[in-house]
Amino acid sequence: MALSGHLKAGVVVAAVLAADHAMADSDNYVDVARGRALATAGDCVACHTAPGGVPFAGGLALQTPFGVIMTPNITPDDSTGIGGWSKDNFARAMHEGRRPNGAYLYPAFPYPYYTKVTRQDTDAIYDYLRSLAPASNIVDRRTLPFPFSIRTAMLGWNALFLSPGTFASDPGRSEEFNRGAYLVEGLGHCGACHTPLNVLGANKAGQFLQGNKISDWTAPNITNDAQTGLGNWSVDEIVKYLRTGQNGTSFASGPMKEVVENSTSKMPDADLKAMAVYLKERGASGAPAPAPLPASEPQMRVGEAIYLDTCSACHVRSGAGIEHIFPRLAGNAVVKQDDPTTLVRVILTGTRGAATDATPTSPAMPSLGYRLNDNQLAAVVTYIRNAWGNAASAVTADTVKTLRDRVANPSRQAVSR
Amino acid sequence: MRNNPSQTALPIRKWGSFLPGNGVGGAGVHWNGQTWRFLPNDFRIRSHAIERYGEGFLPEGNHIQDWPVSYDELEPYYDKFEYVAGISGKAGNIKGEIQPGGNPFEGARGRDYPTPPLKQGYAQDLFTKAAAGLGMHPFPRPSANISAAYTNPYGCSMAPCTYCGFCERFGCSNYSKASPQTCVLPALVREPTFEARTECEVTKVNLASDGKTATGVTYVDLNGEEWEQPADVVLVCAYALFNVRLLLLSKIGQPYDPGRDEGVVGRNYAYQTGSGSTAFFEDAKFNPFAAAGSLGVATDDYNSDNFDHAPHGFVGGASITSAHTNGRPILYHPTPPGTPNWGSKWKKAVKETYQRVTNVGAQGSVMSYRNNYLDLDPTYKDPLGRPLMRMTFDFQDNERKMANWMAERCNEVAKAMGAKATQLNRLVGPWNVVPYQSTHNTGGAVFGSDPKTSVLNRYLQSWDVSNVFVMGASAFPQNAGYNPTGTVGALTYWSLDAIKKYLKSPGPLVQL
Repeated sequence: MALSGHLKAGVVVAAVLAADHAMADSDNYVDVARGRALATAGDCVACHTAPGGVPFAGGLALQTPFGVIMTPNITPDDSTGIGGWSKDNFARAMHEGRRPNGAYLYPAFPYPYYTKVTRQDTDAIYDYLRSLAPASNIVDRRTLPFPFSIRTAMLGWNALFLSPGTFASDPGRSEEFNRGAYLVEGLGHCGACHTPLNVLGANKAGQFLQGNKISDWTAPNITNDAQTGLGNWSVDEIVKYLRTGQNGTSFASGPMKEVVENSTSKMPDADLKAMAVYLKERGASGAPAPAPLPASEPQMRVGEAIYLDTCSACHVRSGAGIEHIFPRLAGNAVVKQDDPTTLVRVILTGTRGAATDATPTSPAMPSLGYRLNDNQLAAVVTYIRNAWGNAASAVTADTVKTLRDRVANPSRQAVSR
Repeated sequence: MRNNPSQTALPIRKWGSFLPGNGVGGAGVHWNGQTWRFLPNDFRIRSHAIERYGEGFLPEGNHIQDWPVSYDELEPYYDKFEYVAGISGKAGNIKGEIQPGGNPFEGARGRDYPTPPLKQGYAQDLFTKAAAGLGMHPFPRPSANISAAYTNPYGCSMAPCTYCGFCERFGCSNYSKASPQTCVLPALVREPTFEARTECEVTKVNLASDGKTATGVTYVDLNGEEWEQPADVVLVCAYALFNVRLLLLSKIGQPYDPGRDEGVVGRNYAYQTGSGSTAFFEDAKFNPFAAAGSLGVATDDYNSDNFDHAPHGFVGGASITSAHTNGRPILYHPTPPGTPNWGSKWKKAVKETYQRVTNVGAQGSVMSYRNNYLDLDPTYKDPLGRPLMRMTFDFQDNERKMANWMAERCNEVAKAMGAKATQLNRLVGPWNVVPYQSTHNTGGAVFGSDPKTSVLNRYLQSWDVSNVFVMGASAFPQNAGYNPTGTVGALTYWSLDAIKKYLKSPGPLVQL
């Protein structure tokens, strides 16, 4: 009886709070809907939600090279969320990486990208976030170790690496290209994962979208490069990948699975196409393909034998895969990345493909780390990277061993850089 | 179980003769994948047999009943199920046009199977030539282990079968065998209104005080805690045997009393016969390890009423097949008759025989009878204190006669295939619960046109409690000479269509 009385009281309080917010924002349904679409494009929910937690209530442990950052609660809860923030406060955080009290945010929150988002759009996202039910969730925001815990250090970082200013269209390019550029360079913050980082955790100038290792995955080159980038994908194939998590050759898994499921599969086709046009037209960069290893090389022969026994039932002898279910390996840019992390990891730990309304299956790759030792795994990966016209560097047993240790002990990731 | 009402039933302590599923996906996880449509005659078997042979031809004590639906009514639902499951096969009759290479006896289908037949092995090639030479009409079996990549209407994707031979008793990790996990659940779990509570067992369907409306179910979770789940509609889909027990425990419908031959719940339990011929060859290399649960070829020349039964004195029939479902180590080690069961002679015989033996099998129908039925056991209880279900079943003379006649037909084909020796596998002795035979348990909650002889109306809706629907082979009035899953799937979609109408206007869908 006491319990049910307590529950009722809780419900009443929540209802009052919700009503309060609804009243405050009762005249801006259109902005809320637009803000929701923009928050989807920005995939805010991915970082600002703990596993199994209330969406946007924060609490996800982001592994960065400098330590763990716990993501904040961005529901409009007054004491634990951003309920006390004004529109101006929110825009300042997005554009300058500063809290209402002036304190510095870390660029794990990708304000170097969000700085390009127009004020109109940050306002719409604000309106959407205000429409959420406030969720009380206290997050420990002081998890970074010294000296990274000193937030004022970001003053210098910003001076070096933040180029403030909203996105400016290139009049020499199509409207579609510019829309794509706005999304990719701004809200989509694609480069946050897909661009190499310098030692201070900032994107390396001049290597935008050329691929990066992050959270023990390879975020591949997504320039128009034919060897490791999107060079062999058509605009339609990029759109299909972003909308369904798969196309004829590739499946989104790892962090990109989340991006597709939470964000791109819910974006309008016109925006996906604009992003694809931008990615295809902005140019190609990447190292030229090396000469493939000869099939007679001992590691290749071992790798081929393992591939036949272990991989070919699904991925097929010719590396062609099976449409909609098993990725094609022949010609697949993911397997040809200079950094083989994704390929090694997928075999070590297994993974699942993205599931969307159009493609609900979420095909599973089993973990084979328990029965392939480091030498065997290095051999089969080297074979896959150099068979059927593929060409990429050989992989050593040491590379496999290092990754095996890291994925087996994720807590060590932060300090093992 | 017991074989007849004069015996005292004993509990089955370890599954043997049949292997019901009890996890997510049920028996649809570990099935072999044969996905048949019953023949048009099967749906009006009683009327048809009387028309052709006279009433006196039916076996003594039989409860053979016409189905309350026709093949033509179910055809679109068979089609729907086959396209969800991606079934591989070769049509024999498209809109009345007989198709070469398919089953000429099958009912007309609207279109061909979604994927082409599996590749067959050497034994199947021999069988096809031999059976055709004997005037029969062999065709590839319809298979839920599928031959080609396929995406179903729900968007779920499947991959081609790799012929690993681990279908029966196992789930398929290659997305090659249709199962709820592969073909339905990935789409279903995305529905915001869907929730599955796993490792729970429904103990009872709860009824309102008038006994005519279900109010929901009571279930027990893994910790033994009891919960009540209220519901507007209850679908009982617990597998044929468990459906019947749940109805009995919930007191839905009148329990069957064989003494007075009255009541309906538990009535018309049926099973399936297995007989045939094992064929030993001199030099063959059958590679039985390259297999699939439904790989094989069949003929329907002796199934249903595709042949004149008048000279034989039995009703029903069997599909005759050459199949290799597996060559799995430990489980599959055929030896010739007279081989010791262990030791070096046994090892030598296994080694010599493994590649050189194949089987021609007949899977036969079982009619329903007054003395084959299910009820609650008076003695034994489950850990929750509920009575166990009691199965009273044996093969009757009609089935023995049919199965043994089929064994002779199988033997003829085996010899025509070139076997140097054959071993006749006849149906002898009482039904035994120990060796695995078939998980094709049917009946007990049959559907029909008359509430005196059926639990459910033609839409699988309880005659007594109109917001309860019961899906599964428990609805079959008697069993045919085919695996039941295709018909279970078709009936389920048929019923679901009716439930859409029910939801707009709840109440009995069939007025008496």
